[in-house]
Amino acid sequence: MTKMADLDSTKSNLYQRQSPGKESLRRLFRHRSAQVGMVILFFLIIIAIFAPVIAPYDPIKILKEAKRRDTPCVHILGCDESKTEHIMGIDGNSRDLFSRVIFGSRLSLQIGLATISFAIIIGGIIGALAGYIGGWVDTLLMRIMDVLMAFPSLLLAIAIVTVLGTGLINALLAIGIVSIPRFARLVRASVLSTKELDYVAASRALGASPMRLLFIRILPNSITPLIVQGTLGIATAILDAAALSFLGLGAEPPRPEWGLMLGEEKNSVFNAPHLLIFPGIAIMLTVLSFNLVGDGLRDALDPRLRGKPVS
Amino acid sequence: MLQFISRRLFLLIPVMIGIVFITFGIVRAIPGNPCVTMLGERATPEKCQLFMERFGLNEHWIIQFGRYLGNMALGDFGTSIKFSRPVVDIIAERLPLTIELTLCAMIFSTLFGVLLGVVSALKRNSLIDTLTMILANIGVSMPVFWLGLILAYVFALLLKDTPFYIPPSGRFSAGMTLMSLSKYWGLTDISGFPKFALSFISNLLLPNAIITGNWTAVKDGLWHLILPSIAVGTIPMAVIARMTRSSLLEVLGLDYIRTARAKGLIERLVISKHAMRNAMIPIVTIIGIETGSLLSGAVLTETVFALPGVGTQLIGAILARDYPVVQGFTLVIAMIFVLANLLVDLSYAYLDPRIRVD
Repeated sequence: MTKMADLDSTKSNLYQRQSPGKESLRRLFRHRSAQVGMVILFFLIIIAIFAPVIAPYDPIKILKEAKRRDTPCVHILGCDESKTEHIMGIDGNSRDLFSRVIFGSRLSLQIGLATISFAIIIGGIIGALAGYIGGWVDTLLMRIMDVLMAFPSLLLAIAIVTVLGTGLINALLAIGIVSIPRFARLVRASVLSTKELDYVAASRALGASPMRLLFIRILPNSITPLIVQGTLGIATAILDAAALSFLGLGAEPPRPEWGLMLGEEKNSVFNAPHLLIFPGIAIMLTVLSFNLVGDGLRDALDPRLRGKPVS
Repeated sequence: MLQFISRRLFLLIPVMIGIVFITFGIVRAIPGNPCVTMLGERATPEKCQLFMERFGLNEHWIIQFGRYLGNMALGDFGTSIKFSRPVVDIIAERLPLTIELTLCAMIFSTLFGVLLGVVSALKRNSLIDTLTMILANIGVSMPVFWLGLILAYVFALLLKDTPFYIPPSGRFSAGMTLMSLSKYWGLTDISGFPKFALSFISNLLLPNAIITGNWTAVKDGLWHLILPSIAVGTIPMAVIARMTRSSLLEVLGLDYIRTARAKGLIERLVISKHAMRNAMIPIVTIIGIETGSLLSGAVLTETVFALPGVGTQLIGAILARDYPVVQGFTLVIAMIFVLANLLVDLSYAYLDPRIRVD
């Protein structure tokens, strides 16, 4: 069976060359860690979409009859039938932890996507301007990016939150801002390497406007590295947002944010560890899935690896 | 080499000014009247007038920035509003612990990261390799503070009555402190930089112990640093392990390695003398980059382990709106990060002679 498949793939390589996009997708789906990442991510997205259906309780509703910081109770695992079922137990404010963790997935995915989209758009504009115009504009913009990169990113985010005030939106803005330099540099490098190429010169000679040159001819070249860095950036953004919320500078109670859930219960390590284990695992799995998919994308989209066996 | 170092130092100046500008801008960018935001309920028109004059807030911002830059250069970081103490004194008290934690975490992550990476590369696709890479992937995905909490749970609660018990919080066991050097030497009337330096050194475990001979406190302090260091060092360790593996694998495929093997060199020397020398360059880069994550990690982990370092103070200052402290600490941490990256650049020049030339 495998032999047949091998034969088929060599055949297709010989007779019909796949388009780069198709080939990359094929490589991505064969990449082992990307497969794991995509499976986790798929489940996360399903959980986030169907959170109200999956979660047995309202994530912010206080359950009057439940005992605070009660341990998990699952009936099939031998928990007493007379007790109400709470898969992950009850948190410090008498809320169902499982429902909160489930709803937290929505928030974390949104956080990751929102901050990185913001950073890619702003960073992309800065990088494109710096690379395309060059000269003092380039020097000025890139020196600003250098200074931003001279701070450890989380600390700069903390400093920005100081200015903007605490709160989820401000924390997201801060994380978005500190992620800008990475994308600006990437787009600039890609613009610099393409803008002198013959096909761009040809397009210019045909009378294309600078805008058209930049957006239609030059920028599409940076999409590949942006996809890779963006995916990996989402992972970092989710971690940083969780950290800010953990410190009390991000999401505010009673929002079901994983980092905040850890921050609220950080003193319960010894008497109610389950309140820390589950949200932490949720953060880890989410970040892991983006990291794995990002790694897979990098390998799949790398033109130097094209046509070689996937690892 | 000297020329290389001086050029690097020269390039640092604009970055440093930029950093000072940003920390300066932090306070200027706060919306509303700075006097009301800083003094809070205590702000009256008269007090505000005094406040604005004292901090020179009535003048043009360029003059203010110039003065701020000058003060920074002289080591004057302003006065904490909450504690009414010079920020420099607070830095001298809090920074040593954070530096110790960062260094311990760095040693841990580099040692184990390189070791795991080399083993994985040499035993490529073996069980050890697969396990290491799975662990490395999980390692980079864990929140530092969560790992800290879990470590505290395992080593302080689950292993409570075993020899593996490690204390989960504080810098020392109850009743133990470091002796202040100014007291030890009876120097109470010093001020300015000597005072800062003395206070800074007496808060560092090792120098303090060497001078005062207080080795029990050092042992106790290091024991308390184990869990935080592992927590802070795990993410960088995972990153370093991955980088070491891929970098060594790449080098091992090069022709000169085949030559070395062909001329009959023993494998140990091929790896240590030939391959690692070249593989080290990307590894050193990544260690430099990870300094930022180590510093951020230290700041985050201090709150978990109740360590009186920069992090706990910084968060407290933000929540209390004590802006001079926020400014001072942000500045100092950024400077450390920049200097760490400078060291990395210099170590390139040492590792790769080609870089020195251009």
